[in-house]
Amino acid sequence: MATVALSSIAKSFGSTKVLGGVDLDIADGEFLTLVGPSGCGKSTLIRIIAGLEHQDGGGVAIGGSRVDHLRPHERRVAMVFQSYALYPHMSVRANIALPLTMSRLSLRQRLPLLRLLSRRRREVMRGIEADVGAVAMQLQLDHLLDRKPAQLSGGQRQRVALGRAMVRQPAVFLMDEPLSNLDAKLRVHMRTELAELHKRLGATFIYVTHDQVEAMTMSDRVAMMDSGSILQLGTPSRLYEKPASLKVAQFIGSPAINLLPATVAAAGRLELFGRPMALAVPLAQGQAVTLGIRSEALALVHGEPGAPGRAWFTARLRRKENLGSEYILHFDLAGRDAQGVTMRTTPAIAAGLSEAAEVTLGFDEAACHIFGTDGGRVEPRGENGATGSVVPLRA
Amino acid sequence: MTLALSAPAGFAPVARRRLWIERITGLGFALPAFVLLLLTILLPLAVLLWLSLTNYEFGGVDMDWVGFANFGKALADPIIRRSLVNTLLYVAIVVPGGVLGALMIAVLVHRRTRSRSLYEVIYFLPVTSTLIAMATVWQFLLHPSLGPVNGVLKWLGFAPVAFLSEPSTALATLAVIGIWQLIGFNMILFLAGLTAIPRDLYEAADIDGCSSGIDRFLTITWPLLGPTTMFVLVTTMITAFKIFDTVAVMTRGGPVGSTEVLLYNIYLEGFQYFHTGYAAALTFIFLAFILVFSAVQTFALDRKVHY
Repeated sequence: MATVALSSIAKSFGSTKVLGGVDLDIADGEFLTLVGPSGCGKSTLIRIIAGLEHQDGGGVAIGGSRVDHLRPHERRVAMVFQSYALYPHMSVRANIALPLTMSRLSLRQRLPLLRLLSRRRREVMRGIEADVGAVAMQLQLDHLLDRKPAQLSGGQRQRVALGRAMVRQPAVFLMDEPLSNLDAKLRVHMRTELAELHKRLGATFIYVTHDQVEAMTMSDRVAMMDSGSILQLGTPSRLYEKPASLKVAQFIGSPAINLLPATVAAAGRLELFGRPMALAVPLAQGQAVTLGIRSEALALVHGEPGAPGRAWFTARLRRKENLGSEYILHFDLAGRDAQGVTMRTTPAIAAGLSEAAEVTLGFDEAACHIFGTDGGRVEPRGENGATGSVVPLRA
Repeated sequence: MTLALSAPAGFAPVARRRLWIERITGLGFALPAFVLLLLTILLPLAVLLWLSLTNYEFGGVDMDWVGFANFGKALADPIIRRSLVNTLLYVAIVVPGGVLGALMIAVLVHRRTRSRSLYEVIYFLPVTSTLIAMATVWQFLLHPSLGPVNGVLKWLGFAPVAFLSEPSTALATLAVIGIWQLIGFNMILFLAGLTAIPRDLYEAADIDGCSSGIDRFLTITWPLLGPTTMFVLVTTMITAFKIFDTVAVMTRGGPVGSTEVLLYNIYLEGFQYFHTGYAAALTFIFLAFILVFSAVQTFALDRKVHY
């Protein structure tokens, strides 16, 4: 069990800067997810922790000691690859056993023919066999031990890759998009299994994914990355409820957050589609801001709109999406063809709407997120004297 | 119920006709390939077999049926025996040299990023050059008094070696030239095999503790190159067994028969002495060896190397 500490990790491939000074402290036994769009540097970062890639600057410490000079296998980490990277010519048993044969047998005891001379080898192999059996039992692989990877299904291969990682009892598990080659149903199932495995082993997990659902459902903390730096680090609910920037707000949450343009009028009061809101921000008059409203924060307005603290606008229903327990309604904004909003609602409410219906949508102003022109989060001024703030955007 | 029973009976003639048409169409598609196979391989083989059972001489007006006499003669002929031993000896030198050498070069060249294509071209050059022309160059290089190889030997203080005119060295020298010619092609095949090994297998192995080059080679590279090695091994064996051109150009079977090989003897019997019937029998013996090599691949080793 170990903590992982990254200090100003930088990495470039040729002239392309991939990581620009990433700092990250991961607690012992934590499940931390690195999430971000492809090319954001998350895979490079995990490969640097594993020792498969060397950073240009900064350092990695595992369990409090620097590991920069250590080879991957000396770092007490195990990695699960997106492709699983199982050895195709070896049985499941040999695949899982490999890390142990490498560490417990000397080179002489591993070489073909020469190994027949070693008497101790038998004994060691028996110990390895027992350990492999125990891991296989945990992952329900015991009946597949003699198969080759090609004879396994995707989910079974995934479990073999996990077994190979578990068998050496590493301090840190590194997982590089381990679920993205599975079909949707299996992925949901494996999410639960991985979360349970983490709880059972108590080891530190560092998990890379581009799927925000995986990040939200499994992690203790999520580090959202973009263009080689961490945009926000926090619990999944923190990232969802208080996104630090527009990029985080857009990436986290499904359906994606609704974005509406607003402007700052006199005294910092916001205006949405020319109508004044109760919200005020510490920004100069005339500046443009973006309002982010989650799809579940929108509601139909019946009767006269404009209740205090509730902003509104009109829209036309384009399409209803039935998810069974709920509906996602897609609206076009009046006068803005390109822009639409989505609303999450109950089947009962959705049933009352017909296609192309003109409706008024409203939302609680306190529930919306405000982002400045640079994409940083802006906190509104409160009614009872709170000054509000512009959260500086971390580059 | 009646309907269900009568329906198949009613459809039966149609279904049968359809099956018939399908079969004819299938045969139609297979026909061109079969005709080609027949004309270019099966028919010549049949003619060869027929000739090998006669005493036909090229240009002769008549011939006699001699049964298996040609085969008996071949097996008893000391020249043929010697040429067979020489051929096998040549194969025994060329195959390990050409396969292991190529594997070593491929592994070394594989990880070069910028110079890889340069090495590929250099090692592949002997494959593209005509061996007959290159043989002249080799003859000059190895010449006892004029050649630079002997020049170096003399400079190092050794006695000059008459590589091609000394019975004890001639076959080995030809084998080295054979390796030189084969190694580039085999290297390309091994490089293709190496490229097909996914990179993350090496990375997984690195994390699992295969840190030394020997471990990586034994755990990943060698087993995953199994199918490639198999193919290279068999093609090299067959190519080596067909040794002819260097012998024909450089030694003509000499000195004192030390480089007489099977194919060269077939050529002599068939095209110099015009013993066509006898040459046909020798060719059959030659084909039998090739067949054994291929059979070894298909039945014995194929199952072991594939994963």
